[in-house]
Amino acid sequence: HAILLSFTGHPEIFPLIFTTKTQEIFNCRIGEDVTEKNCFKLIKKEDIIQDLKTAAISDFHPVKKVVLEYPGEELLVVFDAKFQYGQNFYLVASEEAKENILKPPETAEEKEEEKEENREEALEVQPYKPPVQKPWVSLGSEREVEEESVKETAPKIKYMVSRVQRRFGAPLTLTDRNASHVGDSYVECTPYQDKTFIIKVLENDVGVQIVPKVREASTQTKWTYPKNAATQYFPRQLSSEEKEESLSSKKLKDFLTSVHLRMEIALQQNEIMNPFFDDWKALAEDESSSDGKPDVYLKAYQSFTDLHYLKNKTISCVCWHPTIHGIIAVSAREQLSYEEQVNLSDKSLLQQPVIVFWSFSDPVHPQLMLECPQDIYCFQFRPSDPNIIAGGCVNGQVVLWDISEHEEMLQNAKTVADGIQPSLMQVQQSSREPPLVRHCAISSIQYSHKKPVTDIHWQPDCSEDHQMDATLENKAEICMQLVTCSPDGSILFWDIPATKLPQPPSSGKTKVKESLYMPPDVPDTSKHLDFCWKPLIKINLCESDINREYSPTRISLRELHYRYKTSEKMQPLNILQLLAKGSPYTEMNISSSKNLKVLESISTDFFIGTEDGEIVYSDWKVEMDSDSAKPVSQKHTQEYIIHTGTINTLQRSPFFKDTILSIGGRNFAIWKEGIMNGPILQSSCSTGRNTAGHWSLTRPGVFFIGRDDGNIDIWDLMKKTYEPCHIQNISKSAISFISPWIGSPMQHFLAVSDDLGVLHVLEICQTLIYPLIHELANVLDYFEREARYLK
Amino acid sequence: GIPVRTTLDNSTTVQYAGLLRELTRKARSAVRDIDPQNDLTFLRIRSKKHEILVAPDKDYLLIVIQNP
Repeated sequence: HAILLSFTGHPEIFPLIFTTKTQEIFNCRIGEDVTEKNCFKLIKKEDIIQDLKTAAISDFHPVKKVVLEYPGEELLVVFDAKFQYGQNFYLVASEEAKENILKPPETAEEKEEEKEENREEALEVQPYKPPVQKPWVSLGSEREVEEESVKETAPKIKYMVSRVQRRFGAPLTLTDRNASHVGDSYVECTPYQDKTFIIKVLENDVGVQIVPKVREASTQTKWTYPKNAATQYFPRQLSSEEKEESLSSKKLKDFLTSVHLRMEIALQQNEIMNPFFDDWKALAEDESSSDGKPDVYLKAYQSFTDLHYLKNKTISCVCWHPTIHGIIAVSAREQLSYEEQVNLSDKSLLQQPVIVFWSFSDPVHPQLMLECPQDIYCFQFRPSDPNIIAGGCVNGQVVLWDISEHEEMLQNAKTVADGIQPSLMQVQQSSREPPLVRHCAISSIQYSHKKPVTDIHWQPDCSEDHQMDATLENKAEICMQLVTCSPDGSILFWDIPATKLPQPPSSGKTKVKESLYMPPDVPDTSKHLDFCWKPLIKINLCESDINREYSPTRISLRELHYRYKTSEKMQPLNILQLLAKGSPYTEMNISSSKNLKVLESISTDFFIGTEDGEIVYSDWKVEMDSDSAKPVSQKHTQEYIIHTGTINTLQRSPFFKDTILSIGGRNFAIWKEGIMNGPILQSSCSTGRNTAGHWSLTRPGVFFIGRDDGNIDIWDLMKKTYEPCHIQNISKSAISFISPWIGSPMQHFLAVSDDLGVLHVLEICQTLIYPLIHELANVLDYFEREARYLK
Repeated sequence: GIPVRTTLDNSTTVQYAGLLRELTRKARSAVRDIDPQNDLTFLRIRSKKHEILVAPDKDYLLIVIQNP
């Protein structure tokens, strides 16, 4: 035990077991003499020695040696209640340790008491005591250090190597040697791939932790909030006094004097030269006209035909609807010669003749059909009211239709065409039969023509100016609005009632020679105008002396209201006022008494083209010859036989009101009113017959002629006057009618109908639409030149 | 500018006066920028429908509108 303790660092402490007997001997009985607190016992050395000698086995035996060597007299034995050193008692072997054990607890207690006293007196101030140097007390650590330190165990061997003495200082010979030549003159440590490190790590367990980066930031902005702000202002104006003052100020006068000269110069310049002349445009046009050969063509746009109604028929007349875009009406008649027509007893075989309305939107199904009592030779839309259509029949009657109910449908037909896909509705519509409109008025057979009506024209309405004329008893204006002519030698002027048809005509009132047309304001009981409609004026074209009858096929009248002036207090132009009574030429129908005044400013001349190819220029105004009291016409009729066949076109130019184009037979001619010698231009006879023709609506020098072989000849008077500038074939059969129309500023159409019942609509190319610069003036020049040659 | 004497109606006059005042000012400054010795004597604006003639001065402006 004692040896053990010496290694644990307490060499002077020897644990002992004291038996009870020993305890009694040395008065250290546990519980009585020695307690926990009072655990020190001093035992004399001599007593211990005695004990050792006497007892066979003493408790002090293990420490016998220590006891004997102990210098002091008393040994300390400490009761170890807690078995701190392994036994219940321990012996302290040295004096010093004894002292330490006995005393330190006292001093510690003393110190604690002192400290408590000190704390009560002064808490903060603790005088700084530098650490007192104490001798180092070995606690056994130097042994550990000694063991761990590395010492050389083996003595070092010394070697001394030196060269042999004689070799020192000997002359040297040095040579070069290339290191790479000799193999082992150097040792290389070549790198090599260590196999241990080749293995690629394919999988590596790596721990990853994600931490979101969070960053705090803050800003402060100045928030400007929107605010409504409005200002109301009115322009500054000077008051009237200020204006007066400034007007009369000297400064203004000086200013005006200085400035007015400049302004005058500028204005004069403007007067001299037209400042609004566009040089660019003029330049472009010149270039295009001087170009080689611009393309002239008629592009096929659409063609319309109907197998049911128009089979085996020829189209006699084609008319565009004046207001609705894309609506065109076509009238067809049987292609029978006269004998066949007369001999045809069974009229029921003939199909009901119709006027068919086509729309661009639907080339297969007609939009509207007008029922005709007979074959229609010609028809026209009324220009002032496109819902009224007048047509002339093959038996000489004149028929009127009113399509006001269907106007909306026709207009919708156009709008549907604008859509891209035909809706189901439209398909359904087109599958239906087109509505059939019955005529609303037909003239009486007695008083109509005896032969087919070949030409029909609407005259512009005269104004319904009631307030101007107070002298007229008859309030309603009687205006002649419809002119018809027929090869039976008569020209008829018809009137349409002012209000909408059907208009109740009055029963006969006063009658002068022929039966009357009733003024519309007289009420009547009959409902329809059917068969009661009579012409107003009938002109027989027969010379009293020559006794020759003309059979006009075409008529061209000047517009009868050409020189109407509203400023002067003239009576409204009533044609009845012009004609005297009882002339062999004219048979008038007048109702009640009227002031008949001859107005000389009206032009009453007209051109007619006859069946035989004559052009007759005459007038139908007659005057009373003062001598013989017989009406004599003022002007003589002029007749010209130029054409070889029936005149089929007699038309005034839309640009020059006195220039007329006549087409018939194998040639055509251009006439100027006033020139009595002959036509100003006459074409040579061509191989085929000309069957139709029309002036161009936009270019003054261009007109179209249709031939019997299906060609269209386009004549341009500015280019060539001896042959057409362009020929284009449209159909296989003869062309029966040509009608141009302006669809839009960019798109002009030409409707061409042929003898097979097909209507071709062609688009006119740009060169034929836009007039050349100065074309009007040039064409006028040309006509005047030609006229001068004739004189 | 403020109109002093006019033959048109008031609103048109005021509009013309205001707009053309600015325009002449700009035109004058353009001319003088190019050559400081120069000055604007007359301004003519030709448009499709009218021609506007402007004669500027130190204090006053004379504006003429001409139709073809």
